[in-house]
Amino acid sequence: MKIEILGTGCSKCNKTKEVIEKVLKNDGVEAEVVKIEDVEKILNYGVMITPAVVIDGEVKLVGKVPDEKEIRKWISQ
Amino acid sequence: MHLTRTLQPVLTSSFMMIFAVSYIRTYVTPEKTRKVLGGKTGLQYYLLASMLGAVTPFCSCSSVPLFIGFVEAGIPLGVTFSFLITSPLVNEAAIAALWVTIGLKATLIYILSGILLGVFGGYIIGLLKMEKYVADFVYKIKVGNQNRKLEALSIKERAAIAFDNVKDIVEKVWLYVIIGVTLGGIFHGYAPEGILAQYAGKDNLFAVPIAVVIGVPLYSNITGMIPIVESLIGKGLPVGTALAFLMAVTALSLPEMIILKKVLKNELIGAFVLIVTVSIIFTGYLFNIIL
Repeated sequence: MKIEILGTGCSKCNKTKEVIEKVLKNDGVEAEVVKIEDVEKILNYGVMITPAVVIDGEVKLVGKVPDEKEIRKWISQ
Repeated sequence: MHLTRTLQPVLTSSFMMIFAVSYIRTYVTPEKTRKVLGGKTGLQYYLLASMLGAVTPFCSCSSVPLFIGFVEAGIPLGVTFSFLITSPLVNEAAIAALWVTIGLKATLIYILSGILLGVFGGYIIGLLKMEKYVADFVYKIKVGNQNRKLEALSIKERAAIAFDNVKDIVEKVWLYVIIGVTLGGIFHGYAPEGILAQYAGKDNLFAVPIAVVIGVPLYSNITGMIPIVESLIGKGLPVGTALAFLMAVTALSLPEMIILKKVLKNELIGAFVLIVTVSIIFTGYLFNIIL
């Protein structure tokens, strides 16, 4: 599983990465977590408001920090 | 106790307002806005963009992707600016905090001027035909389709999202209102009553431009500024001058200019800052006449 966090580096983007890594660690799920800061790449996903979360190429969430429940739902699929 | 009782109707109505705005927001996404505004010209689209900006919150780090996304969709530059100018000025958290602190009338005038400021600023930028001052790479970026399975939300789910937002904002706004009262108390002890009224009152024509020019480079989001504005008003600064200062701090800032520099050439940034600054100064005078 590849999890991409889209964001140009604001505090919400960093928080998104933290909470995702925390859930992965707690649940013992292996995933590659990458932060995408390049505006062009972010826009290629059609995302205009950050932070956004992309899992295996699919945009899951745009414009807010995910809560742990949401993350668990995505990674269990 | 007494304070709680007098505030109660205001709090209840502002909660309802936040809920209503948050509920409407579940229908408004930047992707839809792109479709609605793409390739449209005409004054009504400046107004629409400005109003959509008011209900779409984003932090300043999203201004670049939003800008590129809008321009790429063929939204005219001026219409794009209408959206970008209004968004930080008018949002439900700010409305709630202003309503609780300075009352409904001043808040309504603030909302109306914020939206008109976006329309006017965007319209002037549109008239100036400054498209060539957008960084060249912007026109080359291809915005992809969001590969996202969007499940249609039920009314119940939308209401739940809106309710969560009310909770978030209430937590934030309460904190700021309390900070405002505390700051006011501290100022009260140190600065003599009416000191600002004496030096920066309505009869001092320089007060508004000075307040605005001080506010422009500063950066804060609007809810963070409200306690400061509240205590300034408490010290006798006219409401209009205080609101103009608030607008200058939130609408324009040095960090935002640096972010926008990636996509705009200096001429366009200069025009944007100048137009918005002058409009805020006029709005300040207008506030002082009305309020």
